[in-house]
Amino acid sequence: MNNRARSWVSGVVRRQYFWGIVGILVLLMLNTIKKPDYLAITMNPATGNLAGNLIDILRAAAPILMIAIGMALVIATGGIDLSVGSLMVVAGAVSMEFLKAAGDASSVGAMLGALGLALALSGILGAVNGVLVSVVGLQPFVTTLVMMLAGRGVAKVITSGQNTSASNDPFRWIANGYLFGLPAVFLIAIAIVVLVSLVVRRSALGLMIEAIGINPQASRMAGVKPRGLIISVYTIGGVLAGIAGVFAVSSAMTVDVSRTGYQIELDAILAVVIGGTALIGGKFSLGGATVGAMLIATLDKTVVFLGVSSSATPAFKAAVIIVICLLQSKRVRTFISRRRARGTPPPRPVEPLPVRKEEVPA
Amino acid sequence: MNATTSTRPPAGGFRDLTGRVWQMNRRALPTMAALVLFVGMLGYGELAYGRILQYNTMSNLLINNAHLILIAVGLTFVILMGGIDLSVGAVIAFASVAGVMLVNAGWNPWLAAVMMVAMGAGFGAIAGALIHHFDVQPFIATLATMFLARGLASMLSTVPERLPADSALRLVNHSFKLIDGPKVNDLVITPGVIVAGLVVVVSVFVLHRTRFGRTVYAIGGSEQSAQMMGLPVGQTKVLAYVISGSLAGIAAVVYTSRLGAAQNITGIGWELDAIAATVIGGALLTGGAGFVLGSVVGALVIGLMTVLITRDGGIPPEATTIITGGILLVFVLLQRGIIGRNRQ
Repeated sequence: MNNRARSWVSGVVRRQYFWGIVGILVLLMLNTIKKPDYLAITMNPATGNLAGNLIDILRAAAPILMIAIGMALVIATGGIDLSVGSLMVVAGAVSMEFLKAAGDASSVGAMLGALGLALALSGILGAVNGVLVSVVGLQPFVTTLVMMLAGRGVAKVITSGQNTSASNDPFRWIANGYLFGLPAVFLIAIAIVVLVSLVVRRSALGLMIEAIGINPQASRMAGVKPRGLIISVYTIGGVLAGIAGVFAVSSAMTVDVSRTGYQIELDAILAVVIGGTALIGGKFSLGGATVGAMLIATLDKTVVFLGVSSSATPAFKAAVIIVICLLQSKRVRTFISRRRARGTPPPRPVEPLPVRKEEVPA
Repeated sequence: MNATTSTRPPAGGFRDLTGRVWQMNRRALPTMAALVLFVGMLGYGELAYGRILQYNTMSNLLINNAHLILIAVGLTFVILMGGIDLSVGAVIAFASVAGVMLVNAGWNPWLAAVMMVAMGAGFGAIAGALIHHFDVQPFIATLATMFLARGLASMLSTVPERLPADSALRLVNHSFKLIDGPKVNDLVITPGVIVAGLVVVVSVFVLHRTRFGRTVYAIGGSEQSAQMMGLPVGQTKVLAYVISGSLAGIAAVVYTSRLGAAQNITGIGWELDAIAATVIGGALLTGGAGFVLGSVVGALVIGLMTVLITRDGGIPPEATTIITGGILLVFVLLQRGIIGRNRQ
């Protein structure tokens, strides 16, 4: 019994996103120390809606969640998508311009039109990334770097360089509305995460994506056709970035062409690596990416709450990403596994497998 | 590299010579294309808008793009190795904000300038160490240092930091008239341009005439082969990133002295300009082929494009990044076409 419990605990600890959860708890604890009622959640008696810092974090996590899921899939194929932030701003810009032109502030049709147009455009740009990577054979980071800079240019051209605002109540509801007392935007985001996970894990899609990431040649010989898969993965990433863009602009119903989605690609990459997906591709974990996205939303809120300038957060995130990259590197892993294995006679490890080593004494 | 050796005609006299000239030319083909593009843009600009082919426009082209030339040369070292440095723009932001603050705190301006270059070298060293010692992919490592530098710059200050009007650092942008033309049409040069020129000359020498330079090309051709040949791969890789970072530091000095101010948002998107300049100039993003002088031409193409867009007035300035991105894409596609043909 005791043994089983211990192995269950060590199983959880060994999941990489366990440390993400620990990070979230530590950050929340920091905030609670500064302000003891930080975690308090109040309920609006008239509407039954919940309010509080935790609810704010859930709301802020929604866009990050979307791009993190898309990025996890792209990274799993061995690629990278640096253009997510720009696709966000393109989707935001086109939806705001559409709603402004539609004028009607209560029309559900206008909201659906804006949504459809935004997702279609970001999906097309994502597909362009995919075609350039898989058919033309460009390096993913070059392709998406061009898209990252050109995409923001496209958004600026769409709004002629202005920050466009519009009013449409159904569209505003996406980010500000409530369902069952919780922010609708978070529930929508979670629903999309579940949907994507089901599609990827209940079909062979996820397996094939991992196969491409682990060994493109072997997967091709095994009959996996990389072209269509890669295009669809980048397209899904684009659509998810578009959804994130809609989330981001609908909260204030305005698109800031130079700030919406700016530098969010680092958030996405960070969320994915915190979730235990290695940057070299292969195995991915959407649950881990979800935990990573929640951690980043918590970190963003914490930094603001503790009174650090929000423009300085990239430095913290960069530091975290450097540390994680170091931990994932072979050199550090070998070092750690050597220290763990000290005492037991090491049979001269050819390939360091630090996780297995831990099991020996237990 | 493989393709060139396999298609080389059999050795012997004249045919060997013509073959070699053809090989040379083909490797320099993209660079030639960039040169043709530059001359074509000059001609088109002169015909369409006028006042392009004259002393002051040409002087301004050099003065306004000295920093771009510097970072493009730095990126050439890294890209020749098959690496990438996305951090140059952010490193310039950090170095210039920190440098101006040091000057305002009463430091000797020249010492502050040296510190700026050292900061750039420091960021390059971090990236190089991550890449070499810890096997981090170059674009992830430099993306991390990019955000690190940008975030640190924002921590220092988020408002424009002004250089004192009498600061000696402004001398870097002092104009020397070489040819006194009519009215404002003078051929002028600034120490900043001279620095950029010196860096270019030294880089050409280093890349083509030293052991380090040959190792850079060898790593770009095939890192494994370079390793097996016993070349100092690790040392060279780290050094190339340090060079790229230091040149970003020098670019920060040149740019700050020209502008007289520094801000944390300086240099957003410059990494794309510099990569585009390098690629337009004929460097392969996979490494192994390219020239410093090509990158200089590429940087001038980018600079001239901005001038033409401003003169035209019909193109919205917001579209500049789209055009830069488009040109970069076209050149990368061209390279793929050429390589694809070589392989067949």
